[in-house]
Amino acid sequence: MANADCIVIQGSNMAEAHPVGFQWVAEAKARGARVIHVDPRFTRTSALADKHVPIRAGSDIVLLGAIINYIITNELWFKEYVTAYTNAAQLISEDFRDTEDLDGLFSGYDPETGSYDPSSWQYDDSGERDETLQHPRTVFQILKRHYARYTPELVEETCGISKDDFEYLAKSLTDNSGRERTSCFVYAVGWTQHSIGTQFIRTASIIQLLLGNMGRPGGGIMAMRGHATIQGSTDIPTLFHILPGYIAMPTAGKHDTYEEYVKAVGNKDQKGFWANGETYLINLMKAWWGDAATKENNWAFDYLPKLSGAHGTYQTTMAMLEDKVDGYFILGQNPAVGSANGRMQRMALSHLKWLVVRDFSMIETATFWKDSQEIATGELKTEEIDTEVFFMPAANHTEKAGSFTQTQRMVQWRDQAVTPPGDCTSELEFFHKLGLMIKERLKDSTDPRDKPIQDLTWDYSVDEHGEPDAEDVLREINGYHLSGEKKGQNLNAFGEMQADGSTAGGCWIYAGVMADGVNQARRRKPGQEQDEMALEWGWAWPANRRILYNRASADPEGRPWSERKKLVWWDEEQGKWTGYDVPDFPPTLAPSHRAEPGETGVKGLSGNDPFIMQADGKGWLFAPKGMVDGPMPTHYEPPESHVGNPLYPIQSSPTRVLFSREDNLYAPHVREAGNDVYPYVFTTYRLTEHHTAGGMSRFLPYLSELQPELFCEVSPELAEEAGLVNGEWATIISPRSAIEARVMVTRRVKPLQVLGRTIHQIGIPYHWAQGDEAVVSGDSANDLLGLTLDDNVQIQDSKHNAAAIRPGRRPRGEDLLDLIDKYRADAGITVDTGMVQLDRSFVQPENPLQAEQTVVDGSNRGRATISAGRKSGGDDSEKGSGAMTESSGSTGGDSDESKSSKHTKETNAAPKGSEGPTASSSGSTSGDTEKRKDR
Amino acid sequence: MARITPLNWPAVRQLTSGDLFGRGPAVKSQVSEDLTARTVTADSMAHSVCPYCAVGCGQRVYTKDNKVIQIEGNPDSPHSRGRLCPKGAASEQLVNSPGRITEMLYRAPRSTKWEKLDLDTAMEMIADRFIEARRNHWREKDDQGRTLRHTLGIASLGGATIDNEENYLAKKLFTAAGAIQMENQARI
Repeated sequence: MANADCIVIQGSNMAEAHPVGFQWVAEAKARGARVIHVDPRFTRTSALADKHVPIRAGSDIVLLGAIINYIITNELWFKEYVTAYTNAAQLISEDFRDTEDLDGLFSGYDPETGSYDPSSWQYDDSGERDETLQHPRTVFQILKRHYARYTPELVEETCGISKDDFEYLAKSLTDNSGRERTSCFVYAVGWTQHSIGTQFIRTASIIQLLLGNMGRPGGGIMAMRGHATIQGSTDIPTLFHILPGYIAMPTAGKHDTYEEYVKAVGNKDQKGFWANGETYLINLMKAWWGDAATKENNWAFDYLPKLSGAHGTYQTTMAMLEDKVDGYFILGQNPAVGSANGRMQRMALSHLKWLVVRDFSMIETATFWKDSQEIATGELKTEEIDTEVFFMPAANHTEKAGSFTQTQRMVQWRDQAVTPPGDCTSELEFFHKLGLMIKERLKDSTDPRDKPIQDLTWDYSVDEHGEPDAEDVLREINGYHLSGEKKGQNLNAFGEMQADGSTAGGCWIYAGVMADGVNQARRRKPGQEQDEMALEWGWAWPANRRILYNRASADPEGRPWSERKKLVWWDEEQGKWTGYDVPDFPPTLAPSHRAEPGETGVKGLSGNDPFIMQADGKGWLFAPKGMVDGPMPTHYEPPESHVGNPLYPIQSSPTRVLFSREDNLYAPHVREAGNDVYPYVFTTYRLTEHHTAGGMSRFLPYLSELQPELFCEVSPELAEEAGLVNGEWATIISPRSAIEARVMVTRRVKPLQVLGRTIHQIGIPYHWAQGDEAVVSGDSANDLLGLTLDDNVQIQDSKHNAAAIRPGRRPRGEDLLDLIDKYRADAGITVDTGMVQLDRSFVQPENPLQAEQTVVDGSNRGRATISAGRKSGGDDSEKGSGAMTESSGSTGGDSDESKSSKHTKETNAAPKGSEGPTASSSGSTSGDTEKRKDR
Repeated sequence: MARITPLNWPAVRQLTSGDLFGRGPAVKSQVSEDLTARTVTADSMAHSVCPYCAVGCGQRVYTKDNKVIQIEGNPDSPHSRGRLCPKGAASEQLVNSPGRITEMLYRAPRSTKWEKLDLDTAMEMIADRFIEARRNHWREKDDQGRTLRHTLGIASLGGATIDNEENYLAKKLFTAAGAIQMENQARI
């Protein structure tokens, strides 16, 4: 990052959440880079940036899409890079239809399942490319049309960002990209935690490909991950959907045979290194099942369990509530506080037969049975909770040896400093022992289901304290030769992996971490003694490459794009790639080489195919596969939005995963009645002094003293509107829960003008929890959150939520539930609210921007009346509105009045042919309810 | 220690000693002169990595008598260059926190309190329950007769704060047992 000429930080507060990493942003700035922070709040990141651009949470694709449009319209894309290295020239199938053609849907949508069949998004069968990029079916032209309506005007209306600020941002990026200059993006969970979060990142990828910023120093898209080895636990996944090295888990109905499965793991007809997917799989199976995995039994394919759908953490929580799960292991995580919809999490724990919590301190997940919110409200009674709880004290990072993989894929080894105290043990010892005990209990079983456990390789050397040798495990992850001359030796690279069972390796991308029998992750040559790539500090997967796809740092002929941005290049004399980084390319594949048509795998790669993990070697501006919700990002509103989607009649993502349940109620969106009961947006975030759900910070006196208490950030305007006083209490109410927090009135959050309406955003850090054990306690912001998931990744949309706020502390005990209920009743919320998958409730006016304001402004109160008959208790919603005025203090009268007057005005201004609010409401009662997707 | 007199007041010392800004001898005492850094008297130093966020700052862990006595940033680390944030700087307290629990504790069904439990006994109990839960919720086939060979009886959450090697053993054991509901912070 120090080499970047422009850094856009969006969806991340890097200076506070990753302070030490942020020194490289400061370094870049000192070298002359421009730094821009796009975020709902002004933070320390903004303070150190050249410019802070406040944005309405959830509107990022509009902003980024408009940058794409700006780049294309003004012909600012990096032409040689784009034509040679991306799929811009590729022709797409004639069957493809864009959201612009289908009112917000791509072709292939199935309303029954709420999902897409991506077959029409594929490359044209001819495989044809048009290097002039003029053919209307080229990716480039499709992209151009798709983003044509993403204009600075739309950005201003939708994101609340002025045209000047937009111009500044877009120009900063384009001025600082090209041969001589590079720009990078930084994001964190401010992008991922949305129902379309994955597509936020895709939009940035498109920008970076158009500007030629991928695979180059100072370029790229930096994911700021939040836990010491959250990258490692994705690579070597404790995740349901993959096996180590991003090998898909088999799914029943899709991969019932080994052949079907291998095709999904790595289709051999494609270009690049994923064509060798079967080799990686075989090595994993050999590492796990040794001699029991043979060619004859398809390498023990039958030993792998098959998935039957999404088994994400939230689906599993719901299974617990149905008593389908007996036991739960918690390993250094605190779901009672850290997961969305905290009440659902804690209620689920009470349904377990047994719970094992492994941590350093008595975290709230371990004590839910005696001090959770639900005990206080009377929903749970300690004496009636059947869950057995095992609290197992854990060894910490100084008390065991092992490796963490940090956010840039670098694996770093920790040496053991001391032995763990008392009963504290490492997870390595715990799982090793548990495995031995289970194997012992099942060793005489004749049940076929126990064979995978009986045959599991589980032979690790153990020290005198019972602690397995972590390096022994790392060696298995790295891989080794099973036979031949090198039998017993470690693999030096994944290229040495064989598909015949003569090698084994637990995670192919980590092959080489123990190259030459040396723990490469333990290398610590001081940075002062190395160049800035520091290749001899730790080890980065794959093959110690520090910048992925760095072949793209050279031009198609293999020469650096510029002296200034030199990284790797083709050395004609030696006939190989060389440079400052380890080349991320077949080492001797000449730039001029062109693969024979029909060649596949690594042999199918040409010398100008830098994206060696992609099926065609190119960077994808248009993604024919890999995304379940569309080949190009497109804007949909967050589920609880206060404005209508200005682009399409479809309000929210038509593929979002919905859970229509009493314990997961949603606020009405703008096109439903009752939206104004929860009139504000809140977004949650982290503080420097705390760590996620607080398990490693709220129990430490130092850190607790630095940040003792939960607070909420509100603008002076909102404080005035809602009657909030700095330093006093506020109660924040969502359809799920209500919490109290100290009020911080600050200009750091600014009201935004969006589609003719003022949007107030509230910032809430989420580190606190109710409980008796931590040094400091408070309400948990995650209790407010609901669960709607991005279908690509099953992550919840927690960065944009609707809420009400009022002065004073929240009620205690059962009264808390009454308060939550009252607001729900006022809004007329039922389990169906917001649960329409394909919500076409809105009839799109002719001029979306202008007319949208009309309808949105005018409809809030008006619609509550009009659609009253539709909702159960709808009539009450009007009465409720009155009651609301009382309960919410000064929120009531003024705003009601102002809305009424707007209503009158806007109704008059409604465009001809549209019946305004009436039309939209009646629309919502009829044909819009396609199907809910409950999982 | 010298008798306390007004002449010993720091402000007076600053004026009389010529150390007007109070950055030199005026603010030194014999006590501070005699102090020795814990890092100097430590038995040993282990190289480590900060356990909080994913920047992965290098740490030096100083120990004495099998106790961690100080944790500092490692200036050799090319990406952290010796720096630690407030959390990383507080990580010595993560090790020696007064609130840290070092005993195996057990809460029986419907009980209102924790009780101590022998660690080995706990392990035996967990192994028994693991096998039982696995059996109780085993699914060999789905309703269309397709092989599932998995169990929904056991779930796990966590991994982002523990080691790669630990994640590896956990995933390996769970997968062999057919326990597919394994998740971590990466999905949150």
